[in-house]
Amino acid sequence: MSGWTRHTGKAVALDLESVDTDQLITARFMSTPRAEGYGRFLLYDLRFDSEEQPVPDFPLNRVPDASILVARRNFGSGSSREAAVYALVDFGIRTVIAPSFGDIFASNAVNNGLLPAQADEAEIDALIDELAGGAVHATVKLEHGEIEIGSRKLAFTLDAAWREKLINGWDDIDLTEQHHPAIARYRDRRAKAQPWAFPAGQTAG
Amino acid sequence: MKTLLDKLWDAHEIHRRDDGASLMWVDRHFVHEGSHHAFAKLAGRGGTVAEPGLTFGVVDHYAPTRGPAASPEIARMIETLENNTRDHGIICFGLNDPRQGIVHVIGPEQGLTLPGLLINCGDSHTSTHGAFGALAFGIGATEVAHVLATQTVWQKKPKSMRITVTGRLASGVGAKDLALAWIAMLGADGAQGHAIEYAGDTVRGLTMEERMTLCNLSIEGGGRFGMVAPDQTTFDYVSGRPFAPGGEDLDRAIGFWQTLSSDANAAFDKEVALEASDIAPIVTWGTSPQDALPVTGTVPDPSRLSGADAGRVRAALDYMGLMPGRALADVEIDQVFIGSCTNARIEDLRAAAAVLSGRRAKVPGLVSPGSRLVQAQAEAEGLDKIFTEAGLDWVGPGCSMCVAMNGDRVEPGKRCASTTNRNFRGRQGRGARTHLMSPAMVAAAAITGRLTDVRPMLGSEAAA
Repeated sequence: MSGWTRHTGKAVALDLESVDTDQLITARFMSTPRAEGYGRFLLYDLRFDSEEQPVPDFPLNRVPDASILVARRNFGSGSSREAAVYALVDFGIRTVIAPSFGDIFASNAVNNGLLPAQADEAEIDALIDELAGGAVHATVKLEHGEIEIGSRKLAFTLDAAWREKLINGWDDIDLTEQHHPAIARYRDRRAKAQPWAFPAGQTAG
Repeated sequence: MKTLLDKLWDAHEIHRRDDGASLMWVDRHFVHEGSHHAFAKLAGRGGTVAEPGLTFGVVDHYAPTRGPAASPEIARMIETLENNTRDHGIICFGLNDPRQGIVHVIGPEQGLTLPGLLINCGDSHTSTHGAFGALAFGIGATEVAHVLATQTVWQKKPKSMRITVTGRLASGVGAKDLALAWIAMLGADGAQGHAIEYAGDTVRGLTMEERMTLCNLSIEGGGRFGMVAPDQTTFDYVSGRPFAPGGEDLDRAIGFWQTLSSDANAAFDKEVALEASDIAPIVTWGTSPQDALPVTGTVPDPSRLSGADAGRVRAALDYMGLMPGRALADVEIDQVFIGSCTNARIEDLRAAAAVLSGRRAKVPGLVSPGSRLVQAQAEAEGLDKIFTEAGLDWVGPGCSMCVAMNGDRVEPGKRCASTTNRNFRGRQGRGARTHLMSPAMVAAAAITGRLTDVRPMLGSEAAA
């Protein structure tokens, strides 16, 4: 995963609250290997009707090259499926702006270079009204915690550790490497002091 | 003055960075078919599994409940897990294992879930295991790969929240109603960023299975963690289970587990109180678990709401095919489902069977036990006969119609009374309309063919 500090693209509003990860990617697509790409599955049951035809009014059908999504509160709630983030990223989305995010979704997003930008609910309400059905150009400035979007400047909050990770494109497994001695010491200590914490005889049962 | 969260956190923290992220030791890691992305990541970097002995595989999300796998893709998902676990020397509770079942049912059942542990699984309902006083939380595929590679997880400590429930739950009202009641009160994001501790004499009085139902649903209110301090009920449940400690180890463990409770004056970031006697049997009417009301209520009217709320409710009612103001008890259903990590344990099946006993269901439905062991126990008690004589299908264990991955699904436009955890759009199948409720309430709905207050159907023996 490569890091980034600034992104410019088209922003579009998804005027929905609690867009759960089941909607972001429906269960029936999840047996697909990642290499095949997940972008076509994004919000499938909202983007396509029951005859598999595109819903013309749906924001991502009107602006298929959007890379910034503005949504209402509790975006990415529900299932821990990281495939929801794969669907967004593979579609081309780099930033989701919302008043709040599901906790697991937000950490999955950061692990894939997708910014969950948390902003003030009233400002987002106004922004969604302003965007209505259209798209505007927007620039995300990760280091400054700021997004220029249409005529507005929107401040967003992001955990400091997550900002560093997005900027540097860090991989946690690499980062943890340096802690291996501490992990080994912890394990030894736990095995001695609390042997019950390890599963009893694994042939049991 | 420490909370239970503080104690569990401190016991697992190996390192804390300046930016607040903690490196945490993972005592148990459960993987399932959906973990294929994580195994692929690990293979991509040529990595090995750090602690295969602390990792356990379970076939559940795609497990067929009737006959063979419904499609080659589904069969491949199961095979991939069985191959990955075999290649890495991980025990897998596969389709041919008599211990197979839903991960959040079999972890506790096998004694893999214990107080004081940190437990991860790539599944948001991992909060279930918190019922034992464990720090248990769902993670994504990148984190699953990290746990496989290092047996640790990076995590920022959540804020603390205590939900205290006092008083007596009425007959016909149980843990599912309790959970839906607080989620309706605080909203589907009410516990976001928080670890929930459930406390109070009502919670103390719950069985382990009821505590699991309560903790399971934490994520539906936005909480990644839900927990109950362990007590004698917990110790009694754990004792004698296959992977649990025995003998002196168990005595030492219990000695430690008894210290796992929030100190009397510990401060929480958020405190919520509920009175148990105020809670009635609850059903959901919309497309979020927060859309929950007593079954005696009526469908909400969006014209009485304003702004985004009105729009959201209108869209939910449109999807659900419901008219504002209609009595919930008049809503007719097409089918029922009894199963899932929320409500497919033996007590859940007993509660449903107590209502269905000697009665006929008006609508078809599936009953899927949480594990093979639950299935065997239910059959030993004759519960399967009660379900089949009522006209319902008694099938094998798995996530089944809760997540609609194995081919079990609700058809478009059909309405299902379900003991599951999510009434999201399309969760049980495209266009499916889900009403969440307790096992006893689903049983009552099966009998009348509509959403129904179970209380008048209960005999002198209360089924909750």
